[in-house]
Amino acid sequence: MSAPATQSAPAELLRVSGLHAFYGESHILHGVDFSVGTGELVTLLGRNGSGRTTTLKSIVGLVEKRTGSVVVNGRETIAMPPHRIVHLGIGYCPEERGIFASLSAEENLTILPTVGSGGMSLDEIYGMFPNLKERRRSPGSRLSGGEQQMLALARILRTGARLLLLDEITEGLAPVIVQALGRAVRALKDRGYTIILVEQNFRFVASLADRHFLVERGRVVDVVGRGELEGRMESLQRFLGV
Amino acid sequence: MNLQALSGQLLVGLINGSFYALLSLGLAIIFGLLNVVNFAHGALYMMGAFAAWMMATYLGIGYWWALLLAPAVVGVIGVVIERLLLRRLYGLDNLYGLLLTFGLTLIAEGLFHHAYGNSGNSYPVPEFLQGGVRLGFVYMPIYRGWVVGVSIFVCTLSWYVIEQTKLGAYLRAGTENPKLLQAFGVNVPLMFTITYGFGVALAAFAGVMAAPVYQVTPLMGSSLVIVVFAVVVIGGMGSIAGSIVTGLGLGLVEGLTKYLYPQASSVVVFVVMAIVLLIRPAGLFGRER
Repeated sequence: MSAPATQSAPAELLRVSGLHAFYGESHILHGVDFSVGTGELVTLLGRNGSGRTTTLKSIVGLVEKRTGSVVVNGRETIAMPPHRIVHLGIGYCPEERGIFASLSAEENLTILPTVGSGGMSLDEIYGMFPNLKERRRSPGSRLSGGEQQMLALARILRTGARLLLLDEITEGLAPVIVQALGRAVRALKDRGYTIILVEQNFRFVASLADRHFLVERGRVVDVVGRGELEGRMESLQRFLGV
Repeated sequence: MNLQALSGQLLVGLINGSFYALLSLGLAIIFGLLNVVNFAHGALYMMGAFAAWMMATYLGIGYWWALLLAPAVVGVIGVVIERLLLRRLYGLDNLYGLLLTFGLTLIAEGLFHHAYGNSGNSYPVPEFLQGGVRLGFVYMPIYRGWVVGVSIFVCTLSWYVIEQTKLGAYLRAGTENPKLLQAFGVNVPLMFTITYGFGVALAAFAGVMAAPVYQVTPLMGSSLVIVVFAVVVIGGMGSIAGSIVTGLGLGLVEGLTKYLYPQASSVVVFVVMAIVLLIRPAGLFGRER
């Protein structure tokens, strides 16, 4: 960790450059630039409406129109349809979890196609989230918020994705569940997953992340490394308006 | 009370209901996933019947092969329609899909009218299913019993596949949130094409089933499609079970009305629709959105 950045710099897994995104008439992203190395855990920090969620959506192609460049694992994806992009090994956990209400928990788990090798088996997933095993026949709509969040995370682990985009996974959940999610995310990082977190709960991510990208008005305006965090806490708090 | 007349009308109602169920099932699946109100459904049903009739008349292909081939041919036509035309309208208000499919209906009916005129072409009942049986009060032609049985079988099978299998899970997930499903790596555009093709093939299948019962005419679908739309609305837009149960149920209600007060039999479906919409705006089986 203390080695100079040039030596330990991991292979680049994702490079976003000059990314613009649009919904109908609204122009949401105005040239987002950042890159993430293999095995890194980074966050996108910013106030509501700054464009963090749209950045994640744009990476998987979930916006009406996007321009610029999104390179995943060396492949330019800007012209690809969404169902091709994630097959480069991306797992997307959307805001509000995106659990299919008319599918059982297990159907929610197994409906995602495999996008890479080495995904977890159902048994491994049920070992990690025992609640889901108990509720596997329940329709998605009957699961609690915490169970839905576990499911939303678990289902992308089964696909073999190595790059995880996690949008507000702690939102609206009880502290004990937030702690469990924190442990889960840390375990995933230790297993070598590359993770981009969009998170409102700064305390949740402060100790987890390698780097923080500060997002404002549809751009990445600054980067804060793990080591700089303490010294810049005050300006960060001001930036986030907390 | 004249039991013989009553059960006779209920039987006719059940047969009509079988066609309502088959057609509204396809409409419901298409509307659920593609959000397209497929007004062309009646025309494609008519084309299924015509395909069977043309196969018999020009090629000497019998009923059983037609039951397989006509839906396949019409299904391919559906795939072409989806790829070339409907695809351009996703994301727009679903009024545009309605207008497009309405236009296609007029073209298809016009072409068949131009080629075959308005008079009906009769299609023979297959030999194996000729004759009839006496069931208590009514004489039931075997072919009509066959229609009811096959319709219930096909509807139940479709319901089972959609609600209980992995293939159906894709359809349910896509119906709920197609964009998210695509962002998980599922080829949703391909699902749209296949689903439209399947729904349309189901209409053509109903058309072949109907050929020996009704006359094969260019307008046979347009008289049916309005009622079928009412069935879909009553059952709940996009609800699979709703459209099946409502289709058969409304056939029976129509039959009952024909017995009790024949003058009202052609409007009773719409009266039911108005009442249901007043009490449950999402339909009998629909979920409020």
